[in-house]
Amino acid sequence: MSTSTDRSAPLVELRDIHVSFGGVRAVDGVTVDLFPGEVVALVGGNGAGKTTLIRTLSGARPADAGTIVVAGEPVEISNPKDAKDLGIETIYQTLALAENIDAPANVFLGRELLTTARNLDKGAMEDATRKVMGRLNPKFRNFASPVQALSGGQRQSVAIARAVHFNARVLIMDEPTAALGPAETEQVRQLIQQLKAEGLGIFLISHDIHDVYDLADRIAVLLQGKLVGVVRKSDVTIDQVLGMIILGKRPEELSAEDIASLG
Amino acid sequence: MSAHGDPEDGETTAVERRSFGDVLRSFDLDARMLGMLAALVLLSVLFNAASDGLFLSARNLWNLTVQMAVVAIMATGMVLVIVSRNIDLSVGSVLGFVGMVMALLQAEVIGPALGFGHPLVWPATLAIGILLGAAIGALHGSIVAYLGVPAFVVTLGGLLAWRGAAFVVSTGRTIAPMDATFQRFGGGAGGALGGTLTWALGGLACLGIVLSLVLARRQRQRFGLQVRPRWAEATIGVVACVAVLGAVTVLNRYYLPEQLAIAYAEERGLAIPPGGLQIPVGIAYPVVIMLAVAFVMTYLASRRRFGRYVYAMGGNPDAATLGGINTKWMTVKVFIMMGVLVAIAAAVAIGRQNSGTVGLGVTAELYVIAAAVIGGTSLSGGVGTVPGALVGALVMQALQSGMVLTGLTTSQQDIVVGAVLVLAVVADAYYRRRAPA
Repeated sequence: MSTSTDRSAPLVELRDIHVSFGGVRAVDGVTVDLFPGEVVALVGGNGAGKTTLIRTLSGARPADAGTIVVAGEPVEISNPKDAKDLGIETIYQTLALAENIDAPANVFLGRELLTTARNLDKGAMEDATRKVMGRLNPKFRNFASPVQALSGGQRQSVAIARAVHFNARVLIMDEPTAALGPAETEQVRQLIQQLKAEGLGIFLISHDIHDVYDLADRIAVLLQGKLVGVVRKSDVTIDQVLGMIILGKRPEELSAEDIASLG
Repeated sequence: MSAHGDPEDGETTAVERRSFGDVLRSFDLDARMLGMLAALVLLSVLFNAASDGLFLSARNLWNLTVQMAVVAIMATGMVLVIVSRNIDLSVGSVLGFVGMVMALLQAEVIGPALGFGHPLVWPATLAIGILLGAAIGALHGSIVAYLGVPAFVVTLGGLLAWRGAAFVVSTGRTIAPMDATFQRFGGGAGGALGGTLTWALGGLACLGIVLSLVLARRQRQRFGLQVRPRWAEATIGVVACVAVLGAVTVLNRYYLPEQLAIAYAEERGLAIPPGGLQIPVGIAYPVVIMLAVAFVMTYLASRRRFGRYVYAMGGNPDAATLGGINTKWMTVKVFIMMGVLVAIAAAVAIGRQNSGTVGLGVTAELYVIAAAVIGGTSLSGGVGTVPGALVGALVMQALQSGMVLTGLTTSQQDIVVGAVLVLAVVADAYYRRRAPA
C-alpha cells in the first residue's frame, strides 16, 4: 500500500469463480480483473450474480471454487476480516451500519482503536472520524448520535468513511447511489473520481448501466451467473452494453434488429 | 481544531435558544434515565405517605438494597443478553442449580476440608460456582450460536432442565444452615461494612466520579473535541456526589437492633449511653457485591470492545459480521458472562436465605427480565444500559416493598408488577416513536 502501485499489473483477479445456492448456480465460472486507478462496472439485471460474485471478494460468502489473486499472489478470503486485511473494502448496498451506535463506532467497527489499557479510545476514534469526514462530507456534524438519526446521505458518508479510512487498495461499491438524491449522488460520483485518481481500484455494481456508464473504464456484464463479456467503455456504445445485459450477446454478435428491439 | 471546535460554524446549528431541552443536552444526560428516576421518586413519596413514613425509613431503605441485590446482579447481565438480541429464561433455574451445588460443596466438601467458618470457604465455593455457571452459559451459548437454536428455546429447555438438576443433585433435600462466611455475604450477622467503611466507600465513589469526569474531559480535549461547558460538568459532579453521600447518610442511619448493639458494645468494652447505642450497620455485603458487579459490567459495556460488539450485534447482526466480528463466539461469551453473574447471585441468595433449596430462584428469570426492561432495555435488541437495569431492579423492589407496607396481598402485588412491566414497554415504544435518536 505504501509502495507506489504498479499500474500495469492487476490489483485483483477473480479467476473462474463459482458459487451455488442449493442447486442454483448463482455465479458460474466468472473471470474478471481490476487494475489500479481503474473503475470496473459490474452490471446485469436482478439475479445476474453481481452481488454474489463480489461477496466472494469481500469475504461475506466465500466462493465454492475458483481463485482470487491479489497483487499477483493467490489468496484465501474466507471472512470479511481476511478481505480487509488485504486492503479490500466494501460498501454494501444496505450500508451495513449498526443503527444504534454513533458514526465513529461504525467507522471503526471491528477495528477499534484501543488505549494501552485496551480500553476503547473513543477520543481518538472520534478525532479520526472527523478528519476523514472532513474530506468526504465537510457538512457532517453528527458524531454523537446513533446513525439511525442520520439522513440517507449522511449514512452513506459513514459507510464510505469506513471503507476509505483504512487505506484501501480495492473498493467495492454495491449500488452506491441507489438510495440517494441528485446532490448526494453527484457527491459520490466526485468521490469515486477522486479515489480513482489516488490509485484505488474500484468495482462499481449497478443494475442500471446509465448510473455507472460515465464513471466506468471497463464494463463487465453478467447474465444468469455467467460472464457475457468485459469491454472497454471506449470501444462500445451504451446500446451495445444494453444488448449484452438484456440479450447476452457480445457487441460483435449483435444484429441491427437486436438493437432496434432494445428500443 | 477550529474546524469542528466551534458549534456555531455549521448551518445545521439553529439560532441559539436555551430551551429546557438545550440545557438537558448540554448535560448530555439520558432523558430516559431521568424519567425513570423521577418515577422512582414519585413512587417513594406516594408509598411513604400511604405507609405513615415507613417506606422512606432508613431501615426499609436498607432492606430494599439487600432485597434487590440478587435480581440486580443478574439484571446487569440480562441487559447485555437482551441487547445482543438474545434472551435467557434459564437464570432462575441456573440460580437454583448452582446455588444448590455451592450449598452442597460448602456443607460436604469444602467446609469439612478447610474447617467451617474458615475465611476461604466462601471464595473457594464461589470460584467453583462461577466455573459451573460459566460452563452452563457456554453450553447454552454454543447451542444458540453454533447449532442455530433460538435462545428462547435453548434457555426454556434450561429452565426445566436445571431445575430438575437441582433436585437430582440434592435428592430434594434442603441444605441448611450455610457456613458463617456465606451468611455474611448474604447480609446476615456481621454481613455489612459498618459505618466508617460505608463512609469510606461513599468517599471513594465520589473520588471516582470526579476523576472519571476529569479524565473523560481531558481525553476529549487531547483531540480538541467539543466538551461540555464547565458549569455543566461541575453540576454533574456535584449532583452525583451529593446523591452518593446522601444515600450513604441514609443507609448509615439504620442502626444495629438493641440487643446486637449491646453485644457489640460489650465486645469492645464500650459504655452504653443513656439514650441507647446507635451503631450504624452500614452497607450490606450483598449490596457491596451488587455495586461492584454493576461497576464492572458498566465498564465492560461502555469502555471495552466486548460491550461495543454486543451493541453492534444487537443493532445489526449482519453489519457486525461484515465488520469482521466473530458474532458466534461473541454470543457464547455473552452467555458465559450471564452464567458467571448467576453464580455470583446464587452465592448471595443461598447466604441470604441461609440454605440451599430446590425452589431457589423460581420465577426469578421473570423479575430479572422485568428489571432490565423497566430499566429501558428494548426487547428487540440494541438498546439498554447497565445502570438502567439497576434502577429497574430498584423500581421493582420498591414496588414490592411499598405494596407490602401498604398491606397489599401477594396476588394483588403480582397484578401490579405485571401491569408495570407492560407499562414500561408501552413507555419504551412511545419514547422510541417520539425520538428516533
